[in-house]
Amino acid sequence: MEEVEVNLEAQFEEKVAKDIRIEPKDWMPDAYRKTLIRQISQHAHSEIVGMLPEGNWITRAPSLKRKAILLAKVQDEAGHGLYLYSAAETLGASRDQMIADLHSGKAKYSSIFNYPTLSWADIGAIGWLVDGAAIMNQVPLCRTSYGPYARAMVRVCKEESFHQRQGFEIMMTLCNGAPEQKKMAQEAFNRWWWPTLMMFGPKDEESPNTEQSMRWRIKRFTNDELRQRFVDMMVPQAEFLGLTVPDKDLTWNEAKNGYDYGQIDWDEFWSVVKGNGPCNKQRIQTRVKADQEGAWVREAALAHAEKRAQREQQKVA
Amino acid sequence: MNTKEWPLWEVFIRSKQGLDHKHVGSLHAADAEMAVQNARDVYTRRMEGISIWVVESKHIHASNPDDATAFYEPANDKVYRHPTFYEVPAEIKNM
Repeated sequence: MEEVEVNLEAQFEEKVAKDIRIEPKDWMPDAYRKTLIRQISQHAHSEIVGMLPEGNWITRAPSLKRKAILLAKVQDEAGHGLYLYSAAETLGASRDQMIADLHSGKAKYSSIFNYPTLSWADIGAIGWLVDGAAIMNQVPLCRTSYGPYARAMVRVCKEESFHQRQGFEIMMTLCNGAPEQKKMAQEAFNRWWWPTLMMFGPKDEESPNTEQSMRWRIKRFTNDELRQRFVDMMVPQAEFLGLTVPDKDLTWNEAKNGYDYGQIDWDEFWSVVKGNGPCNKQRIQTRVKADQEGAWVREAALAHAEKRAQREQQKVA
Repeated sequence: MNTKEWPLWEVFIRSKQGLDHKHVGSLHAADAEMAVQNARDVYTRRMEGISIWVVESKHIHASNPDDATAFYEPANDKVYRHPTFYEVPAEIKNM
């Protein structure tokens, strides 16, 4: 019996090494399944909670055009959450359990959404920086070893690039506007730059899951690799906007052909992860309230469907 | 938390006239009508489809990947089913 197990594991490793995708009914190690359920459900939760900081500005968008765009973006985030929950369900996770884990605080979501959106410029900064960082993280996931996750990510990535561009456009409009508008943009940039760098996760030497995830080809690049790429990509864009990166240590390093950047405040990172960010409690409360207040709708829809099915059956009989 | 989860549905979408419906993912809905409407909102926000099929996931029966080798074996040794098995003289055109 044990020999069979070893054999399956070897076959699995071989498939992964050859970049053959793992599909839901294929044999996989328990730890691989667990890692994926954790990662995909956290990813789904991030999309769902990610609607909240932006939803805050839908009714106050500065024009009808901006409002329509923001609505479409927030609707996309809901869609992304749903693609991902459905990918996690192919691994045997239950939707209700995932939601319950989010609400109880057992499951995490991206800490970036625990920061408040204080001005309209924050909506620009989120699209440009946060979605920019998300794309950096997500593009390699289109080739992740688990089929349903990879396919969900292909859809997500296709839709995400409009999110980043609309954010950049908001920033550009503000930066080309009145001095007050330019100031708003700079302040939003100052607020979001460091939390965005934290989105890539802890430093490589402090990221316990990275090595195994790389071996299973769930992850393709380490946290620090992606963070470096992001900085190198964003600095010229900030320069184009005429914004100053809020990092006095930022310098071009010719030798590595990239920027050296300052120390990230890891105490802040871990504090927000542990639930003490500016909006952690508010975000979960909002989710729980929405869930509770929608419960009667879900129950009524189910009761209605059951009644209709019964009637159909009686007709047949 | 509500007591009962809405059933799970698999969604298939025809992206344009003339092509097959293709599996795109799944979603929860109370009944078929709602599943079709939700599928429109979740999977066709950018004109990805012109026709949607939904089927409750529990009604899908699938082959077992563990049996794949034996299951597809009968097709494996019949190379003569492929045109490349046959030798055609160079002088023969259009075959």
